[in-house]
Order: sequence, then C-alpha cells, then structure tokens
Amino acid sequence: MSKWLKRFYLFVIMVFLYAPIVTLMILSFNESRTSVKWGGFSLKWYQQLFESRTILAALGNTLLIALLSAVLATLLGTSAAIAISHMKKRKQSFCMSIVNIPMLNAEIVTGIAFMLLFITLGDLLAFFGIHFEMGFGTVLIGHITFNLPYVVLSVMPKLKQFNLSMYEAALDLGAGEGQAFFRIVLPDIMPGVLSGFLLSFTMSLDDFVITHFVKGLGADTLSTLIYSELRKGIKPEMYALSTIMFLAVFLVLLAVNLKPQGGVKNTN
Amino acid sequence: MYKRSVSYPCILWSAAFIIIPLLFIFYYGLTDRTGAFTLSNLAAIATAENSKALILSLGLSLLSTAICLLLAYPLALILSGSKIGRSGFIIFLFVLPMWMNFLLRTLAWVVLLDTNGVLDTLCKLSGLPRFKIINTPAAIVFGMVYDFLPFMILPIYNVISKIDINVVNAARDLGANSFQTLYKVIFPLSLPGVISGITMVFVPSLTTFVISTLLGGGKILLIGNVIEQEFMKGTSWHVGSGLSLVLMLFIIVSMALSTKYDNGEGNVL
Amino acid sequence: MKRKVLLVCGCLTAAVLFTGCGGSSAGENGEVNVYNWGEYIDEDVIGMFEEETGIKVNYKTFDTNEDMYPIIANGAADWDVVCPSEYMIQKMMDNDLLMEINYDNIPNISNIDPAYMDTVKSFDPDAKHSVPYLWGTVGILYNKTMVDEPITGWDCLWDEKYADNIVMMNNPRDVFAPALISCGYSLNSTDDQELSEAAALLTRQKPLVLKYTTDEVRDMMIGEKAAIGVIYSGEATICKDENENLEYVVPEEGSNVWLDCWVIPTTCKNKENAEKWIDFLCRPDIALKNFEYIYYSTPNAAMLDLIEDQELLNNDALFPDTSVLSRCETYHYLGEDVEEKYNNLWKQVLSE
Repeated sequence: MSKWLKRFYLFVIMVFLYAPIVTLMILSFNESRTSVKWGGFSLKWYQQLFESRTILAALGNTLLIALLSAVLATLLGTSAAIAISHMKKRKQSFCMSIVNIPMLNAEIVTGIAFMLLFITLGDLLAFFGIHFEMGFGTVLIGHITFNLPYVVLSVMPKLKQFNLSMYEAALDLGAGEGQAFFRIVLPDIMPGVLSGFLLSFTMSLDDFVITHFVKGLGADTLSTLIYSELRKGIKPEMYALSTIMFLAVFLVLLAVNLKPQGGVKNTN
Repeated sequence: MYKRSVSYPCILWSAAFIIIPLLFIFYYGLTDRTGAFTLSNLAAIATAENSKALILSLGLSLLSTAICLLLAYPLALILSGSKIGRSGFIIFLFVLPMWMNFLLRTLAWVVLLDTNGVLDTLCKLSGLPRFKIINTPAAIVFGMVYDFLPFMILPIYNVISKIDINVVNAARDLGANSFQTLYKVIFPLSLPGVISGITMVFVPSLTTFVISTLLGGGKILLIGNVIEQEFMKGTSWHVGSGLSLVLMLFIIVSMALSTKYDNGEGNVL
Repeated sequence: MKRKVLLVCGCLTAAVLFTGCGGSSAGENGEVNVYNWGEYIDEDVIGMFEEETGIKVNYKTFDTNEDMYPIIANGAADWDVVCPSEYMIQKMMDNDLLMEINYDNIPNISNIDPAYMDTVKSFDPDAKHSVPYLWGTVGILYNKTMVDEPITGWDCLWDEKYADNIVMMNNPRDVFAPALISCGYSLNSTDDQELSEAAALLTRQKPLVLKYTTDEVRDMMIGEKAAIGVIYSGEATICKDENENLEYVVPEEGSNVWLDCWVIPTTCKNKENAEKWIDFLCRPDIALKNFEYIYYSTPNAAMLDLIEDQELLNNDALFPDTSVLSRCETYHYLGEDVEEKYNNLWKQVLSE
C-alpha cells in the first residue's frame, strides 16, 4: 500500500470514530432545543447545565461511582492478581476464568443476574426486618465486579515480569514483608495497577446496561438519565456536559501522552 | 510476598457477586412461577417471534463482526508499521471516544443518518442516491460497527505489533512477496488477536438491546430487546432468565473458542 | 503497613456509607417519594410544595404504565404516591398493591367534579383508592401541509401514500386500540379471533411506520419529520402551540379516553405526606399552574373558574364536546392472560 493510501484509510476511520463526537459538540452550541434544526450559536445550554439539579446529581453519582469502584476494584484486583500469580497452573486458569466472567459474559446477563440477586436479597432481609433496596450501593457493587477482570488482566503481566529474587533479596536484607512489598514489588507493578485503575474508571463511566438493571430508582448515573430522557428528547444541557467532560479528558490524556515516558502506558 | 489471605477478599467477592448471581439465572430459568422445575422457559426460544429475534441478532452480529474485522485488520497493519502506531498515542485515540457517553455517541448517529439528516443532505446535494438507513437493520449494523470497532482494532494491533520483525524479514529473504508474507506469516501469528477481537465484538453485538432501541426506531426486535422487556416490562422473569440461558450458550461457545486460541497476548489490555 | 491498608479500606467504606445516607437527607417534615409520568407536572410545583410544607420530594418519572407496574409490584423501591391510568389501577387493586386513601386528609377533593368520581367507580368500585389527576384522549395529530385531505378517521394509518410518515405509540394497548377500532371491535377486546385480525392489520401497517415511540412523537411532529402521529391530547396541544401546521383530531370511529389518578401503593412509608401531596395538587391555583404547563384536561372543576384565557376553554383537544367523548372508551384491565396475549401478539408484529 502506498503511504498516501495508508494515511487516507487512517483518516477515514478517524472521521468515522469522531464524527458523532463532533456532532454532539456542535449540537451543544445549538440555540434551538431540537436536534432537527440549527437555531444559531448559543452558550445558553452551558449556563443552564449548572442550574440543572438532576443532571448535576447524576454527574456526581457517576463520578463518585466511577472513582470508588475503580479504587476498590484496583485494591481487590491487585491482591487477587498477586494471589493468582502464585497458584499452580490449573488452579490459576480456573480462577482467571471465574474473574473474567463479567468481562466475557453479555452485559445484559450480568445485569439481570445482579438484579435477581439484589431483589431476592431485599426480600430476604425484609423478612428479618432489615430494609434494603437497590440504589447507589448496588450500582457500586456491580461496577466493582465488572471492573475486577480489567484490573487483574492489567496487573498480571507485570507480576509475571517481576523478578521474585528482588523481593527475596529485600527480605534477606532485613525488610519486613510489608516493607518489601510496598518498596520493591508495588513500584514495579505500578504501571499495571495504574492502567487497571484508569481502565476501570473509564469502563464504569461509560457503563449503561448493568447500571440500568441495578440502579433501582435511587441512583441515576448520566447514562441512565440519558436513557430515560431518550423518549422525550435529550436535553441539550447533556450535550454541553459531555463536551466539557470530553475536552477535559482529552487535554489531560494529551498532556500525559505527550510527556515522554511519563505516561501510563498500556500494559502489553 | 504471597500469603494465602490476600486471595480471600477476591474469592469472597467473586463467589458473592459473580457465581451466585449466575446461579439465580439458572434457578429462575429452570423453574416456573410456582417454583417447580420446568424446561418451558428454555423452549420459549422456539416460539416464532423469539427465534426470529435470535436469528436476526445472530445475523446482524455476525455481519457487524465481519465488517469490524475487515476494517480493523488493515488498520492494525498500518498502525503497527507507522511511527504514531508505536507510541501509546494510538491506544489513546481509540479509547478517547469512550469518554463521551456511549448512548450519546450512538444517538449522534441518528442525527447523521436520519432522513434529511447530515449524510442524507450531503448525498442529496452531491446528486448521490438518497440515504435511507435509519430505523432499518442496516442502521443497527452501522451502530454495532461503530460502537465495537475499537474492541477489534486493539487486540489485533497488540498482537501484530509484537510480531518479531526478523520473522517477517526472514520470509522476505526467502522470497515471499508481501502478500505471501501477510497470508502465510503475519496472519497466522496474529490469529490470537483476531479471535479475541471477534469475541469482543460478537458477544456485545449479539446481546445488545440499546443499539436496536436507539437506531431501530422501535421496529426491530433483537434477542436483547426481548430479554430486556421480559424483565423491565414485568412480563416474566422466568422466561427472561430462560432466554438468557440460551443466549449464554452462544457466549460460552465463543468464550471457549477464545480461550483455545488465546495465549494471553490477545487481550485488549 | 497492613494497618494503613485497613485504614484506607475503612475510610472508603465510611465514604460509601456516608454518601449513601447523604443522598436521602429528609426535609424538616420528612419526605415523600413521588412516581409520576414523564413531563406530567410543572416542576416548579414540586418546589412550591417543598417550601410550603417542609416535606422533601423525591420525584422520579416513568414512561408507560407497563414500565411502572413491575417496579411497584416487585418492591424494587418504596414509592409513596403514584399516578397510573385507570386500567392499571384496576390491575394494582386486583393484586393488592394499593392502600385506601384517607379522604379526610384531602379537603381539596371537593374541587374535583363529582362526575369524575363516578368514573372512578368504574375501575375502583368503592372509590377509596384514587384521586383523579388529569384526563385526555388518544387521537391523531397531523400536519396540514403534509397530508392531502383533512384526516377524520384511523384509516389514514394504513394509507400507503403516507409510508414512512406515520409515527405510532410504543405500548401494546395503545398500538392495538386503533387496529381493533378499525376492525370494528372494542379496544377492550379479549377475543382471540378479533385480536389476531388486529395483529394482522398492524403487521400490514409496519412497513409504513417510521417509528414506534411514545414520547418522541411530540418532537417528531414539531420537527415535521412525520405527517401523522398517534398522540395523547395534551401533547397535541403543546405541539400545536409550537407548530401551527399541526391539527389534532379524535377519529370518528372512536378512540380511547383515559383518566390518570393518584394512588398510594402498599409500599408507602409516608402516607400522611403522600396525602398532603395529593391535596396540594387538587388546590385550584396549583392545578391551574400545572394545567398551563402540561395542557391535559383536568377534572378539577374549581380550577376551570380560574382560567382567564377564553381561547383555551374553546380548545377542542382540551375540552372535547360530549359527542366526541361518547364515542370514546376507557381501557379496562383484562387480566394477566389477556395482557400476555396482547404482549405476545405485539412481539409477533415487531418480529415480522
């Protein structure tokens, strides 16, 4: 293939991937309420965004759930990866396939399974006089669970590369187990841990299906809010918000990526 | 550094929130309203409308998987051979769209694909045939390809970029032309990535209900929609679970395929 | 080190618990959980209620009766006051999901036209569970510039020349009603033969339909994306305000008239607050504020006296004359088996 043709192909795919994003950005400046016609340039949706109680609450939920689920999944997943990496081959692949289920299974099945679990749990607890309903907590549990495999898969390769004699050397030199872990092992596998964290955060932020089934009625995230607005027409404030979020992330990631060697590289 | 106790939290968590929920699906799928054992929920897949929905889903997801593969493979080749490809920048470019909510991104295609929408108007102005795919199965395939293409590109790119350049050079030295090198050397070596990409695209396309809702105009019923309605419109959780079990059969087959070929290199990560 | 890890975990758990509690902070006089149709209230009214009573309102919406039912029935969340349509109220009563309302706590119920309380008795025999909120008809909204002749009946929905210009609603009852009526049957039909005839008619119609959607009809009609849409009367009035080419008609063969009422489900934890909420909405000035925002017909007789705009009173969509209403029918709850029949037939139509 000639160089020009390659460039062109890359360009076409990029247009395909980014066309809807550009569309949404343009719509966020559309004075008119419907996406059908262009009513002139306006910043009013950006202003109204900050006055909208529902959108801001959903944004808060989304960010909080993404952050907490990413942190907890990273803690849980990293410890799991350490444990799994020490297992015998057969046990190891068994554990990996269990942890991987939420990633490989259909989201709708995972979501439904959670819903059935939580509703049964609610009935069971009600029997003992404890009140339990689906909401923020159940969404968080769901997100931690589907984030787990991403963390484990990010950390695993780094652990495999890690030279165990370094750790043993630290112990021989008198370091405690904890000290050896935090001083020697953790810095070495850190890129994997970080990329697991970032991936979890992104997956959680973008999830709709699982949240749809386990949110009950309390905890709307941006995704579920958008879905419920679908039938009445999306509020343009939503376009404004996603434009801001997108640009913010774009700038952060750009800065991280342009800084040589400083970035969180992908694990493989 | 290894203590058995580090594995406890994760084992507990996996048991409580991965295994047990799945058991619930089995329980509901294999019982009726009174709690008695039955296979009728599984048999529900055989009714005319459910089997049509399943067949349509299978058809559309296979098609979109094939299109994704055709689009992604050359792209992965190009990327692995170019300078931008070798930096982390490219991953960044493909992960970045995920930060715009996926429902909104898919919805934006409604604006673009609509009759009298952006693309249609462009076609009209340039004298090309009119563009009428919104609310048709074609629009759904379009949406699937759009939403899941990165999941095909990344694993293939990961594998290809790790192929030892000496192997390729050796093939060339031994007189293979570039097509032969691609077909006989690079492609077989990239197979784990390809298989991994196929499952990463096929499973979510097969089971989606969101894309068909957004781009199908409520006129097209995929198996995902059928299951979602069984649960959310309160028709029957038992039938819904039964259908989910049937769906899981297909997922398990593709999972088995991917573990067979997967040597750990093909993951998206 | 281990202690530090534990500490971090502890803090995070605390954070989760804390935010969990923070989310449900109640007002000084408790709270009330309201579950209503989307776009079915002037949201300012919620603020006014909170200010006046000191009760915090947790307000959420649903799209169709069918979406709402399983949420109440499964106890997925504890709602204090809900606003379903008549046939759904009947279903909820059949399944013991509703509490009796203490009408002594709702003095403003005297504002409701007694005629509507009689209507209530058709689905709530003792009229002990429901307080009428709004009512309306189902009809056809069409764009005068996009159709050849004025629309008068349902048959336009099967007219090939409007292919890709028809928007239908997206729930089984509202889709089957036009088809059943066109075949000359009742929209409460339970007869297999009649239903499959209607389903055949809908299958024939499917290629002509641009989209099946309930709430999007409004935007699509205003944006002139379709020529003909099946729509609720209140939405129709809003559309006509936005686009003067639109006209609303209740087809001559007859249609559906519906009445939505406030009810209190058995999951209710704040019954007195729920009754305060209902009472508040029955107050003429509040009813008027609501009416001016959503434009559905109101059973609130006292409110009608407050309307100053004569033109509104002459609006046929809002206040249809009795000849229109006499050809309309309410939905009845047809039992679980027939409901499943409707669902299955609708699924068959969609899978064609």
